[in-house]
Amino acid sequence: MSRLRLVGRLAARDLRRRPGQAVLLLLAITAATATLTLGLVLHGVTSQPYQQTRAATRGPDEVAYLGSLPSRGPGSGAPVTGTELVKQVRTQAAALTHAPGVSGISGPYPLAGALVRANGLVAGAEAEGRDEVPAAVDQPRLTVGSWVRPGGVVLERAFATGLGVGAGDRITLNGRPFAVTGIAVTAASAPYPDLCYWSGGGCRAGPPDTGSVRDRGLLWLTKPDALALATPGNPVTTYMVDLKLTDPAAADAFALRYDQGFGPPEMISWTGIAQADALLVQDEQDVLSPGAWLAALLAVASVAVLAGGRMTERTRRVGLLKAVGASPGLVTATLMAENLVLALAAAALGLVAGWLAAPLLTSPGAALLGTPGAPSLTAPVVGLVLAVALGVALAATLVPAIRAARGSTVGALADAPRPPRRRPRLLALSRRLPVPLLLGLRLVARRPRRALLGAANVAITMAGVVAVLTFHATAGQKINGGGSGLSDPVLARDEQVLLVLTVMLLTLAGLNAIVTAWTTMLDTRHPAALARALGATPRNVAAGLTAAQLLPAVPGVLLGIPLGIGLFAAADHGGLIIVPPAWWLAAAVLATLAAVAGLAAVPARVGARRPAAEILQAETA
Amino acid sequence: MTEDATLLSCCGLRKTFGKDAGLVRAVDGVDLDVAAGETVAIMGPSGCGKSTLLHLLGGLDRPSGGEVRLASRRVDQMSERALARLRQDSVGFVFQAFHLMDELTAVENVELPALLAGRPARAARRRATGLIERVGLAERAGFLPAALSGGQRQRVAIARALANEPLVVLADEPTGNLDSAATLEVLRLFEDLHAAGQTLVVVTHDSRIAATADRMISMRDGTFIDETRLTGGTRGDLGALAGLDGLS
Repeated sequence: MSRLRLVGRLAARDLRRRPGQAVLLLLAITAATATLTLGLVLHGVTSQPYQQTRAATRGPDEVAYLGSLPSRGPGSGAPVTGTELVKQVRTQAAALTHAPGVSGISGPYPLAGALVRANGLVAGAEAEGRDEVPAAVDQPRLTVGSWVRPGGVVLERAFATGLGVGAGDRITLNGRPFAVTGIAVTAASAPYPDLCYWSGGGCRAGPPDTGSVRDRGLLWLTKPDALALATPGNPVTTYMVDLKLTDPAAADAFALRYDQGFGPPEMISWTGIAQADALLVQDEQDVLSPGAWLAALLAVASVAVLAGGRMTERTRRVGLLKAVGASPGLVTATLMAENLVLALAAAALGLVAGWLAAPLLTSPGAALLGTPGAPSLTAPVVGLVLAVALGVALAATLVPAIRAARGSTVGALADAPRPPRRRPRLLALSRRLPVPLLLGLRLVARRPRRALLGAANVAITMAGVVAVLTFHATAGQKINGGGSGLSDPVLARDEQVLLVLTVMLLTLAGLNAIVTAWTTMLDTRHPAALARALGATPRNVAAGLTAAQLLPAVPGVLLGIPLGIGLFAAADHGGLIIVPPAWWLAAAVLATLAAVAGLAAVPARVGARRPAAEILQAETA
Repeated sequence: MTEDATLLSCCGLRKTFGKDAGLVRAVDGVDLDVAAGETVAIMGPSGCGKSTLLHLLGGLDRPSGGEVRLASRRVDQMSERALARLRQDSVGFVFQAFHLMDELTAVENVELPALLAGRPARAARRRATGLIERVGLAERAGFLPAALSGGQRQRVAIARALANEPLVVLADEPTGNLDSAATLEVLRLFEDLHAAGQTLVVVTHDSRIAATADRMISMRDGTFIDETRLTGGTRGDLGALAGLDGLS
């Protein structure tokens, strides 16, 4: 127990002696664990808003699409329309009404395709013909205004937000003017921009030429108005009915039993719609998960460099401890304890920060009612985050701690630097370079593992930046493809998450760049002082230290480009990928290198200003 | 010695550390003139300010007061860049701890000052090879410092100090870390340099080293307390003068 207390006391004193380094370490691990927590707690947080919306709108347990469904199935031939279609729909609806397990029904409602023009924007829409009286099942909940009336249309809220339209505004549908009487939400279909998402039911009607299906929204109007939107080229072919079941939990089984595959009726259960509703947050998860791992990797790099730097600074302290009788085990334990305690504290901070930040990302958006509530911090989440934090600290600290504890006591007391590596080819190459590059390359050659770590740090950061650029290029293409100019809530949310992640990655990477330069400066104080004694200027030495960070950064940024595109592809699950324009990538490369140089220059200048005589004298003493 | 022949001089040179009760006067009002081609030994106990004086003379540290001149140029007022140029062209340092780059071979260590001065790599290597031969280490040119004895390392360090043909070589306890045999090797090298007209200022607390100089100055508590002229130095009878007979 006394031994444990001694380790704790020594670790605590050392932490108090160097609070700056402790704070840096804490920040690095906290950033990573907060991102990881955020990624983990987002699972399943959207179910509550969907349920609230479903309750408020008397949402259906099953939506059945009836009619000729011309869009589905091979060789279905020309669609049935007019009175023949109505006859078929009545027959199919009657069969469903009397199906076992059905407790309520509303509809059938005709679905017409509409080209919406509003505020100078053009978008496609599925126009659902409704009765003016509220339905017993699936009555969209008005958030603003009043329900449909002749010449009056109600827009789904996410779609209205995208169009920038409110109650009282005027729009045209297929060229015909309509007044927007209200804005509403529904639980019977996936919201804009995922109306056409297949698991959520898919869109059954729309104008023939509206470009991207992501720009298709939902609106309600009276049945006669909906039918009047039909044209010979774009007739009404589909009707929908909403069903209530005696056992909503059996909705999937019911759908399987009555869905006819390529023919009507086609059944969509409420669970499928709920999944489509969750796409907003699922997209965020797709972005956050790889982002969290990138942040964790950067944190490993940060901690590795910080731990290495802390060990460099503690060489003499290790020597003193050993000289007064501390065993290598006690020395290792003391060095490890500091970082493990910091890791635990950082994990706790990260858990709280991630948990508090989660609601900012889990807002259900305009399409649903209510709020998701605070996500729960489950034991597995807490355990995983703690394990990652401790693992990061352990992985980064164990080897240098053991190395320090096992090293020569006399050497440690003399604060002798670790013998550097000799890389003959790099040394030979450096002879032909200008002085700053000569010094920089030789510094890289002395500590190749640190250079590799620096390269990895830059590669990871660059991968994050390139993933963001790829997202923007791809999103731009998607938007341009639609040509509507509507704001896309999913893309907007992705952008928010990416912005947070990018800031976090850049912060961590900046921290790493400074810490790596600082560690290099500490580690190379003797050769740098000697170089100055032999005629190198402080500027030469500072430029050399900066070059030592820049040289590994060059392959790092280049490697980061394919990594970033690959990362985006992984997060996009094989979707559309547009490689960013060359000038974007070139600008990112140059900006990253400039940032590395700028951040490395600060500790390099500070180090180069220390009197060479003092350092050389210290080594002699 | 005429004033014209003075290569290195200092006047009222001071260097202090700390302040108030903690003030330490490492160098306290030192005056010194070193003629071109002269070897001056500065002796004194540890902590008397010898090394600090040497660093001030070579522009490796800045004085708190007084002035330093090298070849009539004010060293104490130079910018960092000018000081760096001075160390490149005019001053060669030899340290007690050798201060060789561990990852560089002997010849690579010797060529380093020339590379830092911006000389072409081939010319730097040619000069370094010549110097390595001159200090008797031609066969060890490709060895790392770890594979060299203490005396050999110090000879490499001396060769490095000569890389840019400096006006003056400042040696700080050059035999402090060496055994007797290695001390003799270094002494012989200094003797050769002396004979070749190289200006040398050697800081030591070893009277045998001091005996090889033209002049010996004793230092205590940051000031010069005594000066002895040893005309003729050690030429011709180095071992006997240094008390190292039988080791060569």
